[in-house]
Amino acid sequence: MTTRVADRRPLTLRVVMSSFLVLWLIVAAFPFLWTLWGSFKVEGDFFSKADWLNALTGPLTIAETGGSFTSSGYYGAWVQEEFWRAAMNSLIVVVCVVCISLTFGTLGGYALSRSPYRYAFWLLLISLVFRAMPPITLVSGYLLPFFEWNLWGHLPTAIIVLVAINQPFTLWMLTSFFRNIPKDLDESAMMDGCSRFQAFRHVIIPVMWPGVITTGLFSFLLAYNDFAVTAMLLSKENQTMIPKIASFLGTTQTKGNVMFAVSSVISVTAPLFLLVMFFQRQIVSGLTAGAVKG
Amino acid sequence: MKHKTFLWFFLPSGMAMFLFIAMPIVSVLTQSVYAPHEQVIREVENCTLFGCSKATQIDQEATRALRDAEPMGRFVGPSIYTDRNHLAFAEIAEIWRNASGHGNFFGQVTNLPFYDALSFTLTYTALVTPLSLAFGLIIALAVNALPRLFRGPVIFVSLLPMIVTPLVGALILFWMIDARGVLGAALQALAGDPGLSIKASTPLMWTMLIVYGVWSSAPFAFVIYYAGLQTVPGDTLESAMIDGASRWERIRYVILPHLLPLTTFMALIKIMDNFRVFEPIVSFSAGAHAKSLSYFIYSDLGGETRLLSSAAATSVLTIAGIIVLISPVLVRTWHAFGRVRA
Repeated sequence: MTTRVADRRPLTLRVVMSSFLVLWLIVAAFPFLWTLWGSFKVEGDFFSKADWLNALTGPLTIAETGGSFTSSGYYGAWVQEEFWRAAMNSLIVVVCVVCISLTFGTLGGYALSRSPYRYAFWLLLISLVFRAMPPITLVSGYLLPFFEWNLWGHLPTAIIVLVAINQPFTLWMLTSFFRNIPKDLDESAMMDGCSRFQAFRHVIIPVMWPGVITTGLFSFLLAYNDFAVTAMLLSKENQTMIPKIASFLGTTQTKGNVMFAVSSVISVTAPLFLLVMFFQRQIVSGLTAGAVKG
Repeated sequence: MKHKTFLWFFLPSGMAMFLFIAMPIVSVLTQSVYAPHEQVIREVENCTLFGCSKATQIDQEATRALRDAEPMGRFVGPSIYTDRNHLAFAEIAEIWRNASGHGNFFGQVTNLPFYDALSFTLTYTALVTPLSLAFGLIIALAVNALPRLFRGPVIFVSLLPMIVTPLVGALILFWMIDARGVLGAALQALAGDPGLSIKASTPLMWTMLIVYGVWSSAPFAFVIYYAGLQTVPGDTLESAMIDGASRWERIRYVILPHLLPLTTFMALIKIMDNFRVFEPIVSFSAGAHAKSLSYFIYSDLGGETRLLSSAAATSVLTIAGIIVLISPVLVRTWHAFGRVRA
């Protein structure tokens, strides 16, 4: 079918389509490649006033460091500015958020998918509204109570907040996933004398991993990419990577600091590259699962 | 499932959402009707040899006592909502009386901070949502025409702008479009104006933010449209072809209707996401030219003086705004559920 339709496409249309696609691929990939290349140059080359070709050839990099590539940006960010600390914090936050929100989400999503009552629908509708609210509006609600109760600035606070913000989406995704697991499966286990929880434990958990992994990827992205919550709720020593990059920008007056930001931007993007590379199929199926089942 | 079992299963998730989403809404609502205490001013008499003079000074102790007694601040009712930084009723009435014509009226209203942020947020949402959907559809149609071998790598590259951290993605673009960056230099050369800088021009800044928005959200539309295209019913397409439908007619009458439900879904998600636009403004350091509602709240919360009440009032208005925007979907979902039940 597809091939036949393709054969019948007129030449001009094919040329237009392909050139559009090539253009899109350049637009999508070029910024990353350019920044990756530039992160190994000095600031005078990456932000060259004289000639944009300097960013490619790097005359100042050669003049200042002796080689055509320098890792001084990375050294400055990771060692001098202690970006590794932020990376550790990010790791803790991300791992905790993913584990906790998946645990909460599978339990809640399973319950929502198996309940025939009207309140299950209302809970889903309410979580849709929660999903719609910009996180920063919630942050302004947290600050005063967190200051009062001395909760502000700690990693666990940010973790539980991110878990909560993550819940509406996780619930929607896992509910629609559990709905696709036939009810007979756990109900027959209950016929045989299992309690609801035992049925969940022995029958549902073994078959739920594809959906959980997909949902987990999106929880990961939410926690990893978050700026609004982590920037406002964490103290300076507990900062995660994204607010740390933003803080590099605040101090760009000193020469070379922009390159710290450039190199840490590349450091943050690298794990995401690997993620897409290994989990492309799950990401695509996760995106579409939500859409198709609505 | 029994009510009791349901409760236990749902409890952790429900508690998390209750404590950290529902309660903060209550918290912003209350904060928005309280203002911080003013400092207690005391009049003291300083007597010297040459006579007595009266001076006012801040009574630190009384101020602290008052703040401890009522940590919420003083109740001010809706006055924060109506002040100049939010809905600005008085200022709008004033402008209405003095403005010459509609253009002038709207021009002056959007100079008020809240309406400035609102107008950018709405413009961004209204432009980025349809543009990214259209872009995504075109990419999906183009990828669908590719030989199977190339599709995987193309999808990989296409996912990148969406997956990358918004703050980081926006920074990467900003560094290129900066006056000293490669695209900025190219623009200067094209326009023949060496002084051209995105940081100095409001329309250019808005355009770039919207370009970033489309760049980062087109992949989402692409992936979903691409998946939708895989399920277009082959028979219908074939019979349309036999009936002599042209390529355009097949897209118009078979493919697009098939993709319509997906479009509604994506429009909903994208409206939610675009309405909260925030990170690109931080990355582009665009605060002087373009503020979104989220950025407005952020700048109130940050900085030396945390304007919690002001931020809370803006938050309430923002939440109200997004609920109004998605209300058609909520009502429709509600009706659809009613039909299923009935």
